[in-house]
Amino acid sequence: MPGLEDLYREIILDHYRSPRNRGELETPPAHRSEGFNPLCGDEVVVYVDVDDERVINDVRIGGQGCSISQSSASMMSAAIKGKTVEEAREITRAFKAMMSIHEHELGGEVGSGEIDGEIALGDLEALRGVVKFPVRIKCATLSWNTLTQGLDEVTAEP
Amino acid sequence: MTLDTATVKADFPLLEREVNGHQIVYLDSAATSQKPRVVLDAMNEYYETINANVHRGAYTIADLATRRMEAARQKVATFVGAPSAAEVIFTRNATEAINLVSQTWGRANLHDGDVVVLTELEHHANIVPWQILASERDIELRWIPIDDQGRLVLDDIDRLFDGASLVAFSAMSNVLGTITPVRAIADAAHDADAIVLVDASQLVPHVPTDVEALGADFVAFTGHKMCGPTGIGVLWGRRELLEAMPPFMGGGEMILQVTKEGFTTNELPWKFEAGTPAIAETIGLGAAADCLTSLGMDAVREHEVSLTAYALRTLAENHGDKLRIFGPSEPASRGGVLSFEFADVHPHDVSQVLDQHGVCVRAGHHCAKPLMQVLGVNATSRASLYVYNDESDIDALSTALDGAADMFAF
Ligand SMILES: Cc1ncc(COP(=O)(O)O)c(C=O)c1O
Repeated sequence: MPGLEDLYREIILDHYRSPRNRGELETPPAHRSEGFNPLCGDEVVVYVDVDDERVINDVRIGGQGCSISQSSASMMSAAIKGKTVEEAREITRAFKAMMSIHEHELGGEVGSGEIDGEIALGDLEALRGVVKFPVRIKCATLSWNTLTQGLDEVTAEP
Repeated sequence: MTLDTATVKADFPLLEREVNGHQIVYLDSAATSQKPRVVLDAMNEYYETINANVHRGAYTIADLATRRMEAARQKVATFVGAPSAAEVIFTRNATEAINLVSQTWGRANLHDGDVVVLTELEHHANIVPWQILASERDIELRWIPIDDQGRLVLDDIDRLFDGASLVAFSAMSNVLGTITPVRAIADAAHDADAIVLVDASQLVPHVPTDVEALGADFVAFTGHKMCGPTGIGVLWGRRELLEAMPPFMGGGEMILQVTKEGFTTNELPWKFEAGTPAIAETIGLGAAADCLTSLGMDAVREHEVSLTAYALRTLAENHGDKLRIFGPSEPASRGGVLSFEFADVHPHDVSQVLDQHGVCVRAGHHCAKPLMQVLGVNATSRASLYVYNDESDIDALSTALDGAADMFAF
Protein backbone atom coordinates (compact mmCIF):
# COMPACT_ATOMS: atom_id res chain seq x y z
CA MET A 1 0.00 0.00 0.00
CA PRO A 2 1.56 3.32 -1.04
CA GLY A 3 1.74 5.80 1.83
CA LEU A 4 1.29 9.57 1.76
CA GLU A 5 5.03 10.00 2.25
CA ASP A 6 5.47 8.51 -1.23
CA LEU A 7 3.33 11.31 -2.61
CA TYR A 8 4.00 14.35 -0.48
CA ARG A 9 7.80 14.37 -0.44
CA GLU A 10 9.40 17.27 1.44
CA ILE A 11 10.77 18.82 -1.74
CA ILE A 12 7.28 18.81 -3.27
CA LEU A 13 5.84 20.61 -0.27
CA ASP A 14 8.73 23.07 -0.47
CA HIS A 15 7.95 23.95 -4.08
CA TYR A 16 4.26 24.18 -3.17
CA ARG A 17 4.91 26.58 -0.30
CA SER A 18 7.53 28.63 -2.15
CA PRO A 19 6.80 28.29 -5.83
CA ARG A 20 9.62 29.31 -8.17
CA ASN A 21 9.10 31.65 -11.12
CA ARG A 22 5.60 32.60 -10.05
CA GLY A 23 4.03 35.52 -11.93
CA GLU A 24 3.49 36.85 -15.42
CA LEU A 25 5.52 38.01 -18.40
CA GLU A 26 4.57 40.71 -20.82
CA THR A 27 2.97 39.30 -23.98
CA PRO A 28 4.40 39.80 -26.51
CA PRO A 29 7.35 39.29 -26.49
CA ALA A 30 6.51 36.36 -24.19
CA HIS A 31 3.90 33.75 -25.06
CA ARG A 32 1.03 32.73 -22.77
CA SER A 33 -0.72 29.36 -22.68
CA GLU A 34 -3.41 28.09 -20.37
CA GLY A 35 -4.39 24.62 -19.18
CA PHE A 36 -7.33 23.26 -17.19
CA ASN A 37 -7.94 20.09 -15.28
CA PRO A 38 -11.70 19.74 -15.68
CA LEU A 39 -11.82 17.15 -12.90
CA CYS A 40 -10.75 19.42 -10.10
CA GLY A 41 -11.00 22.89 -11.58
CA ASP A 42 -7.26 23.48 -11.40
CA GLU A 43 -5.79 25.90 -13.88
CA VAL A 44 -2.26 26.75 -14.83
CA VAL A 45 -0.89 29.55 -16.96
CA VAL A 46 2.59 29.20 -18.48
CA TYR A 47 4.47 32.19 -19.88
CA VAL A 48 7.58 31.48 -21.94
CA ASP A 49 9.95 34.00 -23.46
CA VAL A 50 11.74 32.25 -26.32
CA ASP A 51 14.49 34.12 -28.21
CA ASP A 52 15.65 33.82 -31.83
CA GLU A 53 18.11 31.08 -30.84
CA ARG A 54 15.13 29.09 -29.52
CA VAL A 55 16.38 29.51 -25.96
CA ILE A 56 13.76 29.84 -23.19
CA ASN A 57 15.12 32.98 -21.59
CA ASP A 58 12.41 33.34 -19.05
CA VAL A 59 9.40 31.47 -17.75
CA ARG A 60 6.59 32.35 -15.32
CA ILE A 61 3.79 30.32 -13.84
CA GLY A 62 0.30 31.54 -12.91
CA GLY A 63 -2.95 29.89 -11.90
CA GLN A 64 -3.96 27.82 -8.93
CA GLY A 65 -4.20 24.21 -7.95
CA CYS A 66 -3.29 21.42 -5.60
CA SER A 67 0.15 20.71 -4.16
CA ILE A 68 0.98 18.26 -6.92
CA SER A 69 0.05 20.47 -9.87
CA GLN A 70 1.63 23.56 -8.33
CA SER A 71 4.88 21.91 -7.29
CA SER A 72 5.18 20.19 -10.64
CA ALA A 73 4.75 23.54 -12.40
CA SER A 74 7.30 25.16 -10.12
CA MET A 75 9.89 22.42 -10.68
CA MET A 76 9.19 22.49 -14.39
CA SER A 77 9.87 26.20 -14.56
CA ALA A 78 13.21 25.73 -12.82
CA ALA A 79 14.12 22.81 -15.07
CA ILE A 80 13.44 24.50 -18.40
CA LYS A 81 14.65 28.03 -17.77
CA GLY A 82 17.70 28.73 -19.93
CA LYS A 83 17.20 25.55 -21.94
CA THR A 84 16.44 25.41 -25.65
CA VAL A 85 12.99 24.50 -26.87
CA GLU A 86 14.33 21.10 -27.95
CA GLU A 87 15.90 20.48 -24.54
CA ALA A 88 12.64 21.45 -22.86
CA ARG A 89 10.80 18.97 -25.05
CA GLU A 90 13.30 16.26 -24.07
CA ILE A 91 12.77 17.00 -20.38
CA THR A 92 9.02 16.90 -20.94
CA ARG A 93 9.28 13.51 -22.61
CA ALA A 94 11.43 12.18 -19.76
CA PHE A 95 9.06 13.55 -17.15
CA LYS A 96 6.02 12.07 -18.84
CA ALA A 97 7.80 8.76 -19.16
CA MET A 98 8.36 8.85 -15.41
CA MET A 99 4.63 9.46 -15.08
CA SER A 100 4.21 6.31 -17.20
CA ILE A 101 2.86 8.27 -20.14
CA HIS A 102 4.43 7.43 -23.48
CA GLU A 103 3.69 9.27 -26.66
CA HIS A 104 2.39 6.19 -28.43
CA GLU A 105 -0.14 5.50 -25.69
CA LEU A 106 -3.52 7.05 -26.08
CA GLY A 107 -5.09 8.51 -22.97
CA GLY A 108 -2.04 8.03 -20.78
CA GLU A 109 -2.47 4.38 -19.87
CA VAL A 110 -0.34 3.34 -16.95
CA GLY A 111 2.84 1.82 -18.31
CA SER A 112 6.28 0.88 -17.11
CA GLY A 113 7.44 4.09 -15.44
CA GLU A 114 10.85 3.75 -17.10
CA ILE A 115 12.78 6.93 -17.69
CA ASP A 116 13.85 7.83 -21.21
CA GLY A 117 17.56 7.79 -21.94
CA GLU A 118 19.95 9.84 -19.87
CA ILE A 119 17.92 12.93 -19.04
CA ALA A 120 18.54 13.97 -15.43
CA LEU A 121 15.32 15.16 -13.85
CA GLY A 122 16.83 16.44 -10.60
CA ASP A 123 14.17 17.70 -8.16
CA LEU A 124 11.49 16.39 -10.49
CA GLU A 125 12.43 12.87 -9.42
CA ALA A 126 10.50 13.63 -6.23
CA LEU A 127 7.28 13.39 -8.22
CA ARG A 128 7.94 9.76 -9.08
CA GLY A 129 5.63 8.62 -6.26
CA VAL A 130 2.64 10.18 -8.05
CA VAL A 131 2.50 7.13 -10.32
CA LYS A 132 1.27 5.13 -7.34
CA PHE A 133 -1.74 7.47 -7.10
CA PRO A 134 -3.12 7.30 -10.63
CA VAL A 135 -5.82 9.95 -10.15
CA ARG A 136 -3.09 12.47 -9.41
CA ILE A 137 -1.06 11.90 -12.60
CA LYS A 138 -3.23 14.48 -14.37
CA CYS A 139 -2.35 17.01 -11.67
CA ALA A 140 1.37 16.40 -12.18
CA THR A 141 1.23 16.63 -15.97
CA LEU A 142 -1.09 19.64 -16.28
CA SER A 143 1.69 22.25 -16.49
CA TRP A 144 3.76 20.09 -18.86
CA ASN A 145 0.90 19.72 -21.30
CA THR A 146 0.36 23.46 -21.08
CA LEU A 147 4.06 24.06 -21.74
CA THR A 148 4.00 21.74 -24.75
CA GLN A 149 1.02 23.59 -26.14
CA GLY A 150 2.82 26.91 -25.60
CA LEU A 151 6.05 25.73 -27.25
CA ASP A 152 4.09 24.33 -30.20
CA GLU A 153 2.43 27.69 -30.65
CA VAL A 154 5.70 29.62 -30.33
CA THR A 155 7.55 27.44 -32.83
CA ALA A 156 4.61 27.46 -35.24
CA GLU A 157 4.69 31.25 -35.39
CA PRO A 158 6.31 32.53 -38.60
CA MET B 1 -38.99 6.97 15.95
CA THR B 2 -35.24 7.53 15.75
CA LEU B 3 -32.71 5.75 13.59
CA ASP B 4 -30.56 3.09 15.13
CA THR B 5 -27.50 3.70 12.97
CA ALA B 6 -25.69 0.58 14.15
CA THR B 7 -28.51 -1.58 12.78
CA VAL B 8 -28.87 0.53 9.66
CA LYS B 9 -25.13 0.35 8.96
CA ALA B 10 -25.19 -3.43 9.21
CA ASP B 11 -27.65 -3.55 6.29
CA PHE B 12 -25.14 -1.96 3.89
CA PRO B 13 -22.57 -4.59 2.90
CA LEU B 14 -20.08 -2.11 1.44
CA LEU B 15 -19.69 -0.35 4.77
CA GLU B 16 -18.00 -3.46 6.13
CA ARG B 17 -14.98 -3.03 3.90
CA GLU B 18 -11.66 -1.46 4.77
CA VAL B 19 -9.85 1.24 2.84
CA ASN B 20 -6.11 1.75 3.34
CA GLY B 21 -6.17 -0.25 6.55
CA HIS B 22 -9.15 1.55 8.08
CA GLN B 23 -12.82 0.63 8.25
CA ILE B 24 -14.40 2.76 5.54
CA VAL B 25 -16.00 6.06 6.58
CA TYR B 26 -18.28 6.92 3.69
CA LEU B 27 -19.11 10.61 3.55
CA ASP B 28 -20.04 11.05 -0.10
CA SER B 29 -23.73 10.18 -0.24
CA ALA B 30 -24.57 13.42 -2.04
CA ALA B 31 -22.69 11.90 -5.00
CA THR B 32 -24.20 8.45 -4.59
CA SER B 33 -25.54 6.51 -1.64
CA GLN B 34 -24.49 3.02 -0.63
CA LYS B 35 -27.00 0.22 -1.27
CA PRO B 36 -28.74 -1.84 1.40
CA ARG B 37 -28.81 -5.61 1.10
CA VAL B 38 -32.59 -5.59 0.41
CA VAL B 39 -32.02 -3.61 -2.79
CA LEU B 40 -29.23 -5.89 -3.98
CA ASP B 41 -31.33 -8.94 -3.11
CA ALA B 42 -34.39 -7.63 -4.96
CA MET B 43 -32.34 -7.14 -8.13
CA ASN B 44 -30.65 -10.52 -7.80
CA GLU B 45 -33.92 -12.27 -7.19
CA TYR B 46 -35.36 -10.72 -10.32
CA TYR B 47 -32.44 -11.96 -12.41
CA GLU B 48 -32.36 -15.38 -10.80
CA THR B 49 -36.08 -16.14 -10.81
CA ILE B 50 -38.23 -13.95 -13.10
CA ASN B 51 -35.94 -12.37 -15.69
CA ALA B 52 -37.99 -11.75 -18.86
CA ASN B 53 -38.75 -8.72 -20.97
CA VAL B 54 -41.69 -6.74 -19.68
CA HIS B 55 -45.08 -6.04 -21.31
CA ARG B 56 -46.61 -8.10 -24.11
CA GLY B 57 -45.37 -11.44 -22.73
CA ALA B 58 -48.08 -14.07 -22.16
CA TYR B 59 -45.96 -16.53 -20.22
CA THR B 60 -45.68 -16.68 -16.45
CA ILE B 61 -42.33 -15.06 -15.78
CA ALA B 62 -42.89 -12.26 -18.32
CA ASP B 63 -46.08 -11.45 -16.48
CA LEU B 64 -44.31 -11.62 -13.12
CA ALA B 65 -41.53 -9.33 -14.35
CA THR B 66 -44.07 -6.82 -15.69
CA ARG B 67 -46.07 -6.85 -12.49
CA ARG B 68 -42.96 -6.51 -10.35
CA MET B 69 -41.79 -3.54 -12.38
CA GLU B 70 -45.16 -1.81 -12.30
CA ALA B 71 -45.42 -2.50 -8.56
CA ALA B 72 -42.12 -0.66 -8.18
CA ARG B 73 -43.62 2.29 -10.05
CA GLN B 74 -46.50 2.35 -7.59
CA LYS B 75 -44.07 2.23 -4.65
CA VAL B 76 -42.15 5.19 -6.02
CA ALA B 77 -45.39 7.09 -6.67
CA THR B 78 -46.53 6.47 -3.10
CA PHE B 79 -43.10 7.38 -1.74
CA VAL B 80 -43.28 10.90 -3.22
CA GLY B 81 -47.03 11.41 -2.93
CA ALA B 82 -47.76 11.27 -6.66
CA PRO B 83 -51.54 11.17 -7.27
CA SER B 84 -51.08 8.47 -9.92
CA ALA B 85 -48.37 6.00 -10.93
CA ALA B 86 -49.13 6.97 -14.53
CA GLU B 87 -47.40 10.28 -13.79
CA VAL B 88 -44.19 8.55 -12.71
CA ILE B 89 -41.85 8.22 -15.68
CA PHE B 90 -38.69 6.22 -15.37
CA THR B 91 -35.52 7.65 -16.87
CA ARG B 92 -31.84 6.78 -16.52
CA ASN B 93 -31.26 9.43 -13.87
CA ALA B 94 -32.25 12.95 -12.85
CA THR B 95 -30.20 14.38 -15.69
CA GLU B 96 -32.26 12.47 -18.25
CA ALA B 97 -35.47 13.46 -16.48
CA ILE B 98 -34.61 17.17 -16.83
CA ASN B 99 -33.48 16.71 -20.42
CA LEU B 100 -36.76 14.95 -21.14
CA VAL B 101 -38.58 18.10 -20.05
CA SER B 102 -36.28 20.45 -21.95
CA GLN B 103 -36.44 18.39 -25.13
CA THR B 104 -40.20 17.79 -25.13
CA TRP B 105 -42.05 20.40 -23.10
CA GLY B 106 -39.25 22.89 -23.74
CA ARG B 107 -39.14 22.42 -27.50
CA ALA B 108 -42.91 22.65 -27.74
CA ASN B 109 -43.37 25.61 -25.44
CA LEU B 110 -40.27 27.79 -25.33
CA HIS B 111 -39.86 30.22 -28.20
CA ASP B 112 -37.75 33.20 -29.15
CA GLY B 113 -37.92 35.86 -26.47
CA ASP B 114 -39.10 33.51 -23.71
CA VAL B 115 -37.54 33.52 -20.27
CA VAL B 116 -36.31 30.62 -18.14
CA VAL B 117 -35.41 31.36 -14.51
CA LEU B 118 -32.76 29.24 -12.73
CA THR B 119 -30.84 29.82 -9.51
CA GLU B 120 -27.16 30.20 -8.69
CA LEU B 121 -27.38 26.95 -6.70
CA GLU B 122 -28.02 24.68 -9.67
CA HIS B 123 -26.25 21.48 -10.61
CA HIS B 124 -25.08 21.41 -14.24
CA ALA B 125 -27.95 18.94 -14.86
CA ASN B 126 -30.38 21.81 -14.40
CA ILE B 127 -28.34 24.39 -16.28
CA VAL B 128 -26.94 22.87 -19.45
CA PRO B 129 -30.24 21.44 -20.81
CA TRP B 130 -31.62 24.99 -20.78
CA GLN B 131 -28.43 26.43 -22.24
CA ILE B 132 -28.71 23.90 -25.07
CA LEU B 133 -32.21 25.18 -25.84
CA ALA B 134 -31.03 28.75 -25.43
CA SER B 135 -28.29 28.12 -27.97
CA GLU B 136 -30.90 27.02 -30.51
CA ARG B 137 -33.42 29.75 -29.96
CA ASP B 138 -33.41 33.15 -28.37
CA ILE B 139 -34.23 32.25 -24.78
CA GLU B 140 -33.20 34.47 -21.89
CA LEU B 141 -31.81 32.74 -18.78
CA ARG B 142 -32.24 34.61 -15.50
CA TRP B 143 -30.67 33.60 -12.20
CA ILE B 144 -32.03 33.89 -8.66
CA PRO B 145 -29.00 34.99 -6.59
CA ILE B 146 -27.85 33.61 -3.23
CA ASP B 147 -26.77 35.40 -0.06
CA ASP B 148 -23.58 34.82 1.93
CA GLN B 149 -25.10 31.76 3.63
CA GLY B 150 -26.09 30.21 0.34
CA ARG B 151 -29.81 30.93 0.71
CA LEU B 152 -31.84 32.11 -2.26
CA VAL B 153 -32.51 35.85 -2.26
CA LEU B 154 -36.17 36.14 -3.18
CA ASP B 155 -36.63 39.91 -2.67
CA ASP B 156 -36.65 40.53 -6.38
CA ILE B 157 -38.57 37.54 -7.71
CA ASP B 158 -41.54 39.51 -8.95
CA ARG B 159 -39.24 41.23 -11.40
CA LEU B 160 -37.26 38.03 -12.15
CA PHE B 161 -40.42 36.02 -12.79
CA ASP B 162 -42.09 38.71 -14.87
CA GLY B 163 -42.67 37.22 -18.31
CA ALA B 164 -41.05 33.87 -17.36
CA SER B 165 -42.29 30.65 -18.99
CA LEU B 166 -40.38 28.30 -16.72
CA VAL B 167 -38.82 28.43 -13.26
CA ALA B 168 -36.47 25.48 -12.72
CA PHE B 169 -34.63 25.13 -9.43
CA SER B 170 -33.15 22.77 -6.91
CA ALA B 171 -35.01 21.86 -3.72
CA MET B 172 -31.72 21.14 -1.96
CA SER B 173 -28.26 22.19 -3.04
CA ASN B 174 -25.78 19.38 -3.58
CA VAL B 175 -22.96 21.76 -2.64
CA LEU B 176 -24.26 23.86 0.25
CA GLY B 177 -27.12 21.74 1.55
CA THR B 178 -29.44 24.75 1.32
CA ILE B 179 -33.09 23.69 1.39
CA THR B 180 -35.02 26.14 -0.76
CA PRO B 181 -38.59 27.34 -0.06
CA VAL B 182 -40.06 25.29 -2.89
CA ARG B 183 -43.72 26.01 -2.20
CA ALA B 184 -43.27 29.78 -1.99
CA ILE B 185 -41.22 29.88 -5.17
CA ALA B 186 -43.66 27.60 -7.00
CA ASP B 187 -46.62 29.76 -5.96
CA ALA B 188 -44.88 32.94 -7.08
CA ALA B 189 -43.94 31.29 -10.38
CA HIS B 190 -47.51 30.16 -10.95
CA ASP B 191 -48.76 33.66 -10.19
CA ALA B 192 -46.53 34.77 -13.05
CA ASP B 193 -47.98 31.99 -15.27
CA ALA B 194 -44.71 30.08 -15.35
CA ILE B 195 -44.33 26.30 -15.22
CA VAL B 196 -42.28 24.95 -12.31
CA LEU B 197 -39.63 22.24 -12.48
CA VAL B 198 -38.03 21.12 -9.22
CA ASP B 199 -34.72 19.26 -9.17
CA ALA B 200 -35.35 17.11 -6.09
CA SER B 201 -32.28 14.89 -6.53
CA GLN B 202 -31.03 15.81 -3.06
CA LEU B 203 -34.42 16.31 -1.43
CA VAL B 204 -36.20 13.01 -2.06
CA PRO B 205 -33.49 10.84 -0.46
CA HIS B 206 -33.30 12.95 2.71
CA VAL B 207 -36.55 14.81 3.41
CA PRO B 208 -40.17 13.55 3.38
CA THR B 209 -41.42 14.64 -0.03
CA ASP B 210 -44.94 15.12 -1.38
CA VAL B 211 -44.90 16.36 -4.95
CA GLU B 212 -48.35 17.86 -4.63
CA ALA B 213 -47.42 19.77 -1.49
CA LEU B 214 -44.32 21.11 -3.25
CA GLY B 215 -46.66 22.75 -5.75
CA ALA B 216 -44.44 21.85 -8.70
CA ASP B 217 -45.41 20.81 -12.23
CA PHE B 218 -42.36 18.61 -12.79
CA VAL B 219 -40.14 16.94 -10.19
CA ALA B 220 -36.92 15.15 -11.13
CA PHE B 221 -34.88 12.83 -8.94
CA THR B 222 -32.41 10.01 -9.21
CA GLY B 223 -32.44 6.47 -7.79
CA HIS B 224 -28.81 6.01 -6.87
CA LYS B 225 -28.79 8.78 -4.26
CA MET B 226 -31.73 7.21 -2.36
CA CYS B 227 -30.30 3.73 -1.71
CA GLY B 228 -31.31 2.53 -5.17
CA PRO B 229 -29.11 1.36 -8.04
CA THR B 230 -27.57 3.52 -10.75
CA GLY B 231 -29.28 3.70 -14.13
CA ILE B 232 -32.74 4.57 -12.84
CA GLY B 233 -34.21 8.02 -12.30
CA VAL B 234 -37.65 9.54 -12.12
CA LEU B 235 -39.60 12.34 -13.70
CA TRP B 236 -42.91 13.10 -12.06
CA GLY B 237 -45.15 15.47 -13.98
CA ARG B 238 -48.71 16.72 -13.78
CA ARG B 239 -50.86 14.55 -16.03
CA GLU B 240 -52.26 17.34 -18.25
CA LEU B 241 -48.75 18.54 -19.02
CA LEU B 242 -47.42 15.06 -19.73
CA GLU B 243 -50.35 14.30 -21.99
CA ALA B 244 -49.87 17.46 -24.01
CA MET B 245 -46.12 16.94 -24.44
CA PRO B 246 -44.63 15.37 -27.56
CA PRO B 247 -42.77 12.08 -26.99
CA PHE B 248 -39.08 12.03 -26.05
CA MET B 249 -37.33 9.09 -27.71
CA GLY B 250 -39.00 6.93 -30.32
CA GLY B 251 -39.06 3.15 -30.45
CA GLY B 252 -40.71 0.18 -28.85
CA GLU B 253 -42.93 0.58 -25.78
CA MET B 254 -43.77 4.24 -26.41
CA ILE B 255 -46.19 3.55 -29.29
CA LEU B 256 -49.78 2.36 -29.61
CA GLN B 257 -49.80 1.95 -33.37
CA VAL B 258 -47.13 2.11 -36.06
CA THR B 259 -47.78 2.05 -39.80
CA LYS B 260 -45.65 3.06 -42.76
CA GLU B 261 -47.38 6.41 -42.56
CA GLY B 262 -46.67 7.13 -38.92
CA PHE B 263 -47.28 6.27 -35.30
CA THR B 264 -49.48 7.08 -32.35
CA THR B 265 -48.09 7.34 -28.83
CA ASN B 266 -48.78 5.00 -25.95
CA GLU B 267 -50.55 6.07 -22.77
CA LEU B 268 -48.75 7.55 -19.80
CA PRO B 269 -46.26 6.68 -18.47
CA TRP B 270 -44.99 4.42 -21.29
CA LYS B 271 -45.29 7.22 -23.83
CA PHE B 272 -41.96 8.48 -22.47
CA GLU B 273 -40.27 5.12 -21.96
CA ALA B 274 -38.95 3.99 -25.33
CA GLY B 275 -37.14 0.66 -25.49
CA THR B 276 -36.58 -2.07 -22.94
CA PRO B 277 -36.49 -0.37 -19.56
CA ALA B 278 -33.98 -0.89 -16.75
CA ILE B 279 -36.14 -3.62 -15.23
CA ALA B 280 -33.86 -4.82 -12.45
CA GLU B 281 -32.97 -1.26 -11.53
CA THR B 282 -36.63 -0.26 -11.37
CA ILE B 283 -37.31 -3.17 -9.05
CA GLY B 284 -34.24 -2.17 -7.02
CA LEU B 285 -35.57 1.37 -6.74
CA GLY B 286 -38.90 0.02 -5.51
CA ALA B 287 -37.05 -1.90 -2.81
CA ALA B 288 -35.12 1.26 -1.91
CA ALA B 289 -38.39 3.18 -1.47
CA ASP B 290 -39.64 0.38 0.78
CA CYS B 291 -36.43 0.46 2.77
CA LEU B 292 -36.61 4.24 3.34
CA THR B 293 -40.31 3.99 4.18
CA SER B 294 -39.61 1.38 6.82
CA LEU B 295 -36.88 3.57 8.34
CA GLY B 296 -39.40 6.41 8.23
CA MET B 297 -38.53 9.55 6.26
CA ASP B 298 -39.32 11.72 9.29
CA ALA B 299 -36.78 9.74 11.26
CA VAL B 300 -34.26 10.02 8.41
CA ARG B 301 -34.62 13.79 8.35
CA GLU B 302 -34.46 14.09 12.13
CA HIS B 303 -31.32 11.95 12.19
CA GLU B 304 -29.63 14.09 9.56
CA VAL B 305 -30.55 17.38 11.23
CA SER B 306 -29.05 16.27 14.53
CA LEU B 307 -25.97 14.73 12.89
CA THR B 308 -25.46 17.90 10.83
CA ALA B 309 -25.69 19.95 14.02
CA TYR B 310 -23.13 17.66 15.64
CA ALA B 311 -20.84 17.97 12.62
CA LEU B 312 -21.04 21.77 12.46
CA ARG B 313 -20.35 22.00 16.20
CA THR B 314 -17.58 19.40 16.36
CA LEU B 315 -15.70 20.60 13.32
CA ALA B 316 -15.89 24.22 14.49
CA GLU B 317 -14.68 23.29 17.99
CA ASN B 318 -11.81 21.14 16.75
CA HIS B 319 -10.61 23.21 13.83
CA GLY B 320 -11.74 26.78 14.57
CA ASP B 321 -10.68 29.35 12.01
CA LYS B 322 -8.82 26.79 9.93
CA LEU B 323 -12.10 25.41 8.71
CA ARG B 324 -14.64 27.36 6.69
CA ILE B 325 -17.94 25.57 6.10
CA PHE B 326 -20.11 27.01 3.32
CA GLY B 327 -23.89 27.19 3.39
CA PRO B 328 -26.59 27.89 5.99
CA SER B 329 -25.38 27.83 9.60
CA GLU B 330 -28.76 26.63 10.89
CA PRO B 331 -29.03 22.79 10.67
CA ALA B 332 -32.82 22.87 10.36
CA SER B 333 -32.62 24.83 7.11
CA ARG B 334 -30.09 22.64 5.39
CA GLY B 335 -29.35 19.06 4.49
CA GLY B 336 -26.33 17.08 5.61
CA VAL B 337 -24.05 18.37 2.88
CA LEU B 338 -20.95 20.12 4.21
CA SER B 339 -18.75 21.85 1.69
CA PHE B 340 -15.65 23.27 3.27
CA GLU B 341 -12.28 24.89 2.84
CA PHE B 342 -9.55 23.70 5.17
CA ALA B 343 -6.75 26.14 5.92
CA ASP B 344 -4.94 26.69 2.63
CA VAL B 345 -4.96 23.04 1.75
CA HIS B 346 -6.32 22.35 -1.70
CA PRO B 347 -9.47 20.13 -1.67
CA HIS B 348 -7.66 17.56 -3.78
CA ASP B 349 -4.95 17.27 -1.15
CA VAL B 350 -7.52 17.22 1.67
CA SER B 351 -9.38 14.30 0.15
CA GLN B 352 -6.11 12.49 -0.59
CA VAL B 353 -5.04 12.67 3.05
CA LEU B 354 -8.53 11.75 4.26
CA ASP B 355 -8.56 8.73 1.96
CA GLN B 356 -5.47 7.49 3.71
CA HIS B 357 -7.60 7.43 6.88
CA GLY B 358 -10.37 5.55 5.08
CA VAL B 359 -12.52 8.70 4.96
CA CYS B 360 -14.26 9.25 1.60
CA VAL B 361 -15.08 12.88 0.79
CA ARG B 362 -15.42 14.50 -2.61
CA ALA B 363 -13.19 17.29 -3.90
CA GLY B 364 -13.95 19.49 -6.85
CA HIS B 365 -16.63 21.71 -8.31
CA HIS B 366 -19.45 19.21 -7.64
CA CYS B 367 -20.97 19.87 -11.08
CA ALA B 368 -21.90 23.38 -10.02
CA LYS B 369 -19.31 25.64 -11.63
CA PRO B 370 -21.49 28.77 -11.73
CA LEU B 371 -22.02 28.35 -7.97
CA MET B 372 -18.26 27.92 -7.45
CA GLN B 373 -17.78 31.23 -9.25
CA VAL B 374 -20.31 32.94 -6.98
CA LEU B 375 -18.53 31.47 -3.93
CA GLY B 376 -15.22 32.67 -5.36
CA VAL B 377 -13.52 29.27 -5.20
CA ASN B 378 -12.28 26.77 -7.77
CA ALA B 379 -13.22 23.75 -5.74
CA THR B 380 -14.32 22.67 -2.27
CA SER B 381 -14.07 19.52 -0.21
CA ARG B 382 -17.49 18.07 0.55
CA ALA B 383 -18.59 15.64 3.24
CA SER B 384 -22.20 14.48 2.98
CA LEU B 385 -24.29 12.38 5.37
CA TYR B 386 -26.93 9.73 5.15
CA VAL B 387 -28.87 7.17 7.17
CA TYR B 388 -25.84 5.01 7.93
CA ASN B 389 -23.59 7.79 9.22
CA ASP B 390 -23.17 8.53 12.89
CA GLU B 391 -21.10 10.68 15.23
CA SER B 392 -18.13 8.33 14.97
CA ASP B 393 -17.91 9.14 11.25
CA ILE B 394 -17.76 12.86 12.02
CA ASP B 395 -15.08 12.21 14.64
CA ALA B 396 -13.09 10.20 12.08
CA LEU B 397 -13.38 13.10 9.63
CA SER B 398 -12.20 15.54 12.25
CA THR B 399 -9.20 13.38 13.19
CA ALA B 400 -8.29 12.88 9.54
CA LEU B 401 -8.37 16.67 9.07
CA ASP B 402 -5.74 16.93 11.80
CA GLY B 403 -3.64 14.67 9.59
CA ALA B 404 -4.07 17.08 6.69
CA ALA B 405 -3.13 20.00 8.93
CA ASP B 406 0.06 18.22 10.04
CA MET B 407 1.04 17.32 6.49
CA PHE B 408 0.48 20.79 5.09
CA ALA B 409 1.20 23.00 8.13
CA PHE B 410 2.49 26.23 6.63
C1 LIG C 1 -28.94 18.57 -7.25
C2 LIG C 1 -28.59 17.53 -8.27
N1 LIG C 1 -29.21 17.53 -9.46
C3 LIG C 1 -28.95 16.62 -10.39
C4 LIG C 1 -28.02 15.62 -10.18
C5 LIG C 1 -27.77 14.65 -11.28
O1 LIG C 1 -28.04 13.36 -10.91
P1 LIG C 1 -27.72 12.20 -11.95
O2 LIG C 1 -26.25 12.32 -12.22
O3 LIG C 1 -28.06 10.94 -11.25
O4 LIG C 1 -28.52 12.45 -13.17
C6 LIG C 1 -27.34 15.59 -8.95
C7 LIG C 1 -26.32 14.57 -8.65
O5 LIG C 1 -25.22 14.50 -9.12
C8 LIG C 1 -27.64 16.56 -7.99
O6 LIG C 1 -27.01 16.57 -6.81
